[in-house]
Amino acid sequence: MTPDLIVARPEGLYCPPGDFYIDPWRQVARAVITHGHSDHARPGHGSYLAQRDGEGILRRRLGADIALQTLAYGEVVEHHGVKLSLHPAGHVLGSAQVRLEHGGRVWVASGDYKLESDGTCAPFEPVRCDTFITESTFGLPIYRWPTQAALFAEINAWWRANAEAGRASVLFAYAFGKAQRLLHGVDASIGPIVTHGAVEPLNQVYRAAGVALPPTFTVSDPLLDKSALGRSLVVAPPSAAGTPWLKRFGPHSDAFASGWMLMRGKRRRRGVDRGFVMSDHADWPGLQRAVAATGAERVFVTHGSVAVMVRWLEEQGLQAQGFKTEYGDEDDAVAEAPTEPVAEPLADAAA
Amino acid sequence: MRAFAALYRELDASTASSAKQAALQAYLRAAAPIDAAWAVYFLAGGKPRQLVPSKLLRELAREAAGLPEWLFDESYEAVGDLAETIALLLPAPAAPLERSLSDWLADHLLPLRGLPPEELSARLRQQWNELPAADRFVHLKLITGAFRVGVSKLQVTQALAAVSGVDAKQVAQRLMGYTRVGALPQAADFSALVAPGGDVALSGQPFPFFLAHPFNQPLAAFDALLGPPADWLIEWKWDGIRAQWVQRGGEVSVWSRGEELVSESFPELLALRLPDGTVLDGELLVSREGQIKTFSELQKRLGRKALGPKLLRDLPVVLCAYDLLESQGIDRRAEPQHERRARLEALLATHPQPGLQLSPLLCGDSWADLAVQREQARALGVEGLMLKQRGAAYGVGRTKNVGTWWKWKLDPLSVDAVLIYAQRGHGRRASLYSDYTFAAWNGPPDDPARQLVPFAKAYSGLTDAEMRQVDAIIRKTTLESFGPVRSVTPTLVFELGFEGIARSPRHKSGVALRFPRMLRWRQDKPVAEADELSSLLALLPGPSP
Repeated sequence: MTPDLIVARPEGLYCPPGDFYIDPWRQVARAVITHGHSDHARPGHGSYLAQRDGEGILRRRLGADIALQTLAYGEVVEHHGVKLSLHPAGHVLGSAQVRLEHGGRVWVASGDYKLESDGTCAPFEPVRCDTFITESTFGLPIYRWPTQAALFAEINAWWRANAEAGRASVLFAYAFGKAQRLLHGVDASIGPIVTHGAVEPLNQVYRAAGVALPPTFTVSDPLLDKSALGRSLVVAPPSAAGTPWLKRFGPHSDAFASGWMLMRGKRRRRGVDRGFVMSDHADWPGLQRAVAATGAERVFVTHGSVAVMVRWLEEQGLQAQGFKTEYGDEDDAVAEAPTEPVAEPLADAAA
Repeated sequence: MRAFAALYRELDASTASSAKQAALQAYLRAAAPIDAAWAVYFLAGGKPRQLVPSKLLRELAREAAGLPEWLFDESYEAVGDLAETIALLLPAPAAPLERSLSDWLADHLLPLRGLPPEELSARLRQQWNELPAADRFVHLKLITGAFRVGVSKLQVTQALAAVSGVDAKQVAQRLMGYTRVGALPQAADFSALVAPGGDVALSGQPFPFFLAHPFNQPLAAFDALLGPPADWLIEWKWDGIRAQWVQRGGEVSVWSRGEELVSESFPELLALRLPDGTVLDGELLVSREGQIKTFSELQKRLGRKALGPKLLRDLPVVLCAYDLLESQGIDRRAEPQHERRARLEALLATHPQPGLQLSPLLCGDSWADLAVQREQARALGVEGLMLKQRGAAYGVGRTKNVGTWWKWKLDPLSVDAVLIYAQRGHGRRASLYSDYTFAAWNGPPDDPARQLVPFAKAYSGLTDAEMRQVDAIIRKTTLESFGPVRSVTPTLVFELGFEGIARSPRHKSGVALRFPRMLRWRQDKPVAEADELSSLLALLPGPSP
C-alpha cells in the first residue's frame, strides 16, 4: 500500500512528500491556506500559498508583509514532485479546495465549502480524486438550506416590513463572507445600508475583487441621512449585539444569519427577533453530492459531525474515517460560534 | 392551516409581548370561529389525548425520510424536539393542499386516535404527502402536543378580551375548563368566549384561581412592608393539591389548579354535601386519623386508573378549605377576605363532615412571633405560611390589584452535590447539556473506597450563560456516552435546593427529593468537599411517613 498523501499531525494536515501543511493550526514553515477565516488562516507561518482572490483578506488579517504566493484557480505548481492546484470551494472570496497529485494518486482537501453559487465568490467545482477530505459542519440530514432566492425573499420582506414601521433592521452576520453575501443579495432599494466598522474594510476587499455590492455607509458618514435610519438595514458582526454602538439606530428589529438558525432552540437562545438560515457551508444534501461528485473511494471527514458522516459514508460503501482537526470544534458546542472568525475588532465602536 | 402556522411562526419568532399580542389579535379577528376555537384551545395549553403512539410516529417519519434508525436518532438528539426533527427530515410533499386548522383536526388528526398501526401509517403517509412544508411543524406539534410557543394563558385571555371588548376577568371565567383533556371546541364555543354582555349561569365550572406571590423579605422589613400582623389572615401553606370544590344543581365537581376536572379521582370529595350554589377553594390532602400526611403520600393517589378500597382506606383525601367563592349561588369573590372567611367558618360549622376541614388561622402578636411558628412548618409537613390581606378580594390569577396573597415559604433545604451525568435538553435548551444527575459521597473523605451515589436530577436554576459554560465543561470532561446520556469526570459542584425529602426504595440512594433545583454553582468547592449521603439522610423526617 502506498503511503497517504495527507496525514494528520499535531500541527495540522500534512503532505509528507511535499513537506507542507494545509491550514495548519500551529506555526510551520510552509502553509497552504484554503481560505481566510481565522481558524484556517493563522498567523506566524514561514510562507503561505493561497488563491489569488484571497490575497487582500490574508494580508489584512495576517500582516501585509507575509511571504505569500498566490495561484489562480486551476493553475498548477509542482513542489518536491507533488503537483498542487487550487479549485473553487464556493465558501468565501478566495476559498479553495486543494488538489494534490503524486505518484499517480489524486487527493483533494476541501477546506470549507458550499455548493450553491451566491455571486460573491467563484462557485464550487467538483474535482475528481481518489481520496477526498471533507468538512462536516452541517453533517446531519436535518440541515437542508432554503434556496438563495427564498432566503433573500424572506430577508427583504423582513427589512421592508420594518422600514414601513419606521424601525431599523439590524442583521448580525460574520464580517467576512456572510456580510458581503447579504449585501450582494438584498434589495438595496428598500433603504440605506449601514455597515459596522468591522464589516466595511472587508466590503472594500470584495469590491476591489470585482464583486458587486450596493453602496454602504458607516454610521458616522456625513453623507448618511440620519432621518432615514428608520428605513435602514444595519449589517454588523454578532459581537456588536448589546453594545452601545447599536443605540444610535433607536428602536430596531434584530436578526441573525446562520445555518444554525434552522433549529428553533438555537434561534430562541440567540434571543433575536428573527433567524435567517444562511450558511457558507454545505448542507447535508450538499455534502453528499460533493462527495459523490469527486468519485473518491476514500473519504476523510474533518470538523463537525465527524462520527455521523463517517458511519453514513461507510454504509454507502465508501472507505471513511475521521481526521481530528482544530477547525472550530469536533462537537456542536461551537453551535453558538460556528467555525467562522469571531468578528473583527470593533474598530468603529469608538467612532 | 397556513394562517395558524404563520401565527405560530410569528409568536415563536417574537421576543416582545406586544408583538405577540398584536399577532394573536390579528389572527383571532381574521380566523373563522371554528378555527379560532381550536387555536385558543392549543395556545391556552390544551392537548388532545395521544393521537399517534410516538414510537410509531418516529418509525413512520424515519421511513418517509429514508434514513437508518441511528441517523434519525442522531438528528433527534441534535434537535431535541420530535415534531421539529420530523418536520426537518420529511421529504417535500408531492401534492400540497391547503386545509383549515379545524378541518385538519376534525377530519384528519383526531380520527387517527386508536386506529390500528397499518391504517395509521397509511393515513399519516398520505397526510405528509399533502402537507405544505411550511405547515409541517405545526401539524406535528398538534400530534405530539407540548406547544411551547411562549404564549401564556393570560396573553390568550387578553387577546380575546381585546378582540371581543369583553372584560378580561370575564374572559378568564369563560375559559375555565376550555382546555380540559378530551374537549372538542366548536365554533359556538369560540363565539361564547367572545360574546358581548354578561354571562349565562355557570354549570359546574370553577372560578379562575387567585394565585399567591412569593415573599422573601428579611423579617426586619415586614412591618414596613406589610403593616401589623392583624391586617392579615395567616394560615399554613399546605403542601397538597390546590382545588376548587363546586356544588351547583345538586352536582359536585372538583377542579385542580390546572383546570382539569379531577372529581373521579377523589370519590370521598364527591360524597361531600353542602347547600347548592357553593364553591370552596382549598387544598386536597391525605389525612389519616386526623393527621395530615406528606405530599408523597398524596402522590400515590394520583394517576391511578382504579381506586381500590384499600387505597381509599389507607390514603383518604380531605378538602382543607380556606376560601369561599360562592355561597347561596352568589359570587362572593368581591367581598373582603375576612368576610369570606367568616362565611366559610359558619358554613363548615353547620355542615360538619369527615372529608371537609377548615384551614386554621394562626395568631401572632408580631411578625417575629409568626416567624417562630413558621419554623415548625417542616415538621408539620407544610411549606411555610400564607399571608392574606384582610381586605383582599379574590382576584384572577397572579393579580395584585384587588388585594394580595403572599406565600412566605421556608428556605429550601440544601446540599452540595456533584454533577456526574448530563443529558441534552429540549425546546429552548435543545442540544445543550442542561439536564443533570447529581451525586453525593457514600463515605467520609478519609475512606479511600468511597463513591459518588446519584440521588437527584435537576434542570433549573442556572442562567443561560452558566448553562453554556457547564455545557462546554461537560463536553470536555465526558467519560462515556450511553445514548443521550454522558457520564463526566466529576469536577462540578452545585448547591441543590429542595423542598422535602422522603425515603424511596425505587432510588439507588434510598431517598427522593421534592423540587430539586440548582441554587448556586459552587465553583469555590472541590468535589471532595461535596456533601455525604449521611447528611441527606439526616434531613429525613421521623421514621413513619
